Amino acid sequence: MSRFLPWLFVALLTSVPLWLNDFYVLHVMITTGIFIIAAMSLNLLLGFTGQLSLGHVAFFGIGAYTSALVSLGFEVHLLPDFTVGLAPKPVWFAMLCAIVVAGLTGYAIGKLSFRVRGAYFVIVSISFAEVVRLVALNWVELTQGPMALNNIPALVLGADAFELSFLRKPAVYLLVLATAVACYVIIARLVNSRAGRAMIALRENESLAMSVGIDVTHYLVVATVVSAGIAGMAGALYTHYIRIVDPDIFLFIYTVTMVIMVITGGKGTLAGPIVGGALFGFVPEALRAMAIEPEVQWIIYGVLMVAVVYFLPRGIVPAIEHYMSGRKRSPAPAASEASQK
Amino acid sequence: MIAQAETVLSIDQVAVHFGGLIAISDMTFSVCAGEIIGLIGPNGAGKTTAFNVITGFLKQTSGDVRYRSKLLNGMKPYEIAKLGLARTFQRTSVFQERTVFQNVLTGLHCRGRSKLWDTLLQTGRETSSERELVDAAHEILRFVGLEQRAYEQAGTLPYGEQRLIGVALALAVKPSMLLLDEPVSGMNPSETARFVKLVGKIRDSGVTILLVEHDMPMVMEVCDRIVVLNYGRIIAEGTPAEIQSNPEVIRAYLGQGKKRA
Repeated sequence: MSRFLPWLFVALLTSVPLWLNDFYVLHVMITTGIFIIAAMSLNLLLGFTGQLSLGHVAFFGIGAYTSALVSLGFEVHLLPDFTVGLAPKPVWFAMLCAIVVAGLTGYAIGKLSFRVRGAYFVIVSISFAEVVRLVALNWVELTQGPMALNNIPALVLGADAFELSFLRKPAVYLLVLATAVACYVIIARLVNSRAGRAMIALRENESLAMSVGIDVTHYLVVATVVSAGIAGMAGALYTHYIRIVDPDIFLFIYTVTMVIMVITGGKGTLAGPIVGGALFGFVPEALRAMAIEPEVQWIIYGVLMVAVVYFLPRGIVPAIEHYMSGRKRSPAPAASEASQK
Repeated sequence: MIAQAETVLSIDQVAVHFGGLIAISDMTFSVCAGEIIGLIGPNGAGKTTAFNVITGFLKQTSGDVRYRSKLLNGMKPYEIAKLGLARTFQRTSVFQERTVFQNVLTGLHCRGRSKLWDTLLQTGRETSSERELVDAAHEILRFVGLEQRAYEQAGTLPYGEQRLIGVALALAVKPSMLLLDEPVSGMNPSETARFVKLVGKIRDSGVTILLVEHDMPMVMEVCDRIVVLNYGRIIAEGTPAEIQSNPEVIRAYLGQGKKRA
């Protein structure tokens, strides 16, 4: 039963475009889905290796910019008479580049911060995101700076007769859903394996992990690369859906949003970022739909967040799991009580 | 019986200084294959420091540590563990939030054969490797007597059993030598007796053991040979009987009595 439940859930989500004709709601579901993918990637680092990456949006933004630039083509004058250029490439290739470039950046960050843990890892990651934002803002020749890159090609996979166009929202929605499922499977397989146990060991007790022969730094780098690659993919989806990208994509608030999604949903659980992401993706839109004052909307958002963290400090998913296992166990004592009477 | 056994671990003129503090001034001793050696001494004598140096958690200021004639200087803890030199920790050290079984499975890391690609593509090697690890984990839990606790969360078990998890983790490395840091501290006499039996069983399976312990009856019972440390240097070395009657050792533990003329 519980084996088929996730697939039932996926099937239900797949059917959404068939009965939902409201494109605004579909748009909210697409952006929320993209953020859920990013939150899942953050959860791999924060929830399983225990390292808080507060610059996670950098990987997302790098993916977005890489995919945009590769699909648009660019020409940069590095030296007075030395230019580097690239002709526009197909979108699927650009998205692949986004994953690779984000993954490589993740590798660099993982290696760079190979000895820093906890607070220091947080500082390294924040600084990194800020540096990338400044580059995106000031390297006008490459990124157009605050003028933003626009006219980014829409999602088109394949070519000629086999062209698959994602111009319409239902198609984009299904692509985002497929990507999310793929990322979920990758992360699930990873954390339930030898490599995943090594990552969790780093979170739980680093000295003990080393004492049983685990090269913790190696697994931290692996986790960072996979996490960055997935975040880069999310960024690429975002870029080709919104079709404009500016340096504001690197704003700290986006990282914070991802962290909120992971923490409230339940870090270190596979379903956590999905639950947290869905909650904090839809709540702002739902509040807006209720047509109350914007200030009140944000107050409600904040109160909700505080309430979740206060009453369910470990997150929604662990709280539900705890409740369920409590209910499973409770019939036994009840039965023994009955027999005593 | 162990007179001509080969030397597995040799510590040669090791010194450890923390700034001006001398934790170990000059330590030289060796351990032969199949021995159970006790490292004892008053608090602050440098026993745990010695353990940390041997297992790579701390760098010595000078001197050499050799394991099976391989120089360990500058090697990382996980590299030393892979050589078959495993340790436990003084404070209870388990992966708290995981079950006992998952703890041991994590400890079996180095025995796994699956690569990252095997994991992502769920290849045959992934499943066969995982199956081997699961079997090995059950075997280790049977060996230390924690089978009944396999699916309980490690952090919730009583102190003595968490200690056993520590030993199970170290055994998972498939060590040829095991370093136990105060394994029975905080255990009651019956738990200690059970643990002594376990230590004997581990030695019989061909593992050399070096242990630090404050529980003197236990040390005297299990050890073939004892090394006594005080103020960072070795003050005595010998069989339990020799150590018990060594005046220098008595002085280190009990202080010097008033000299009577």
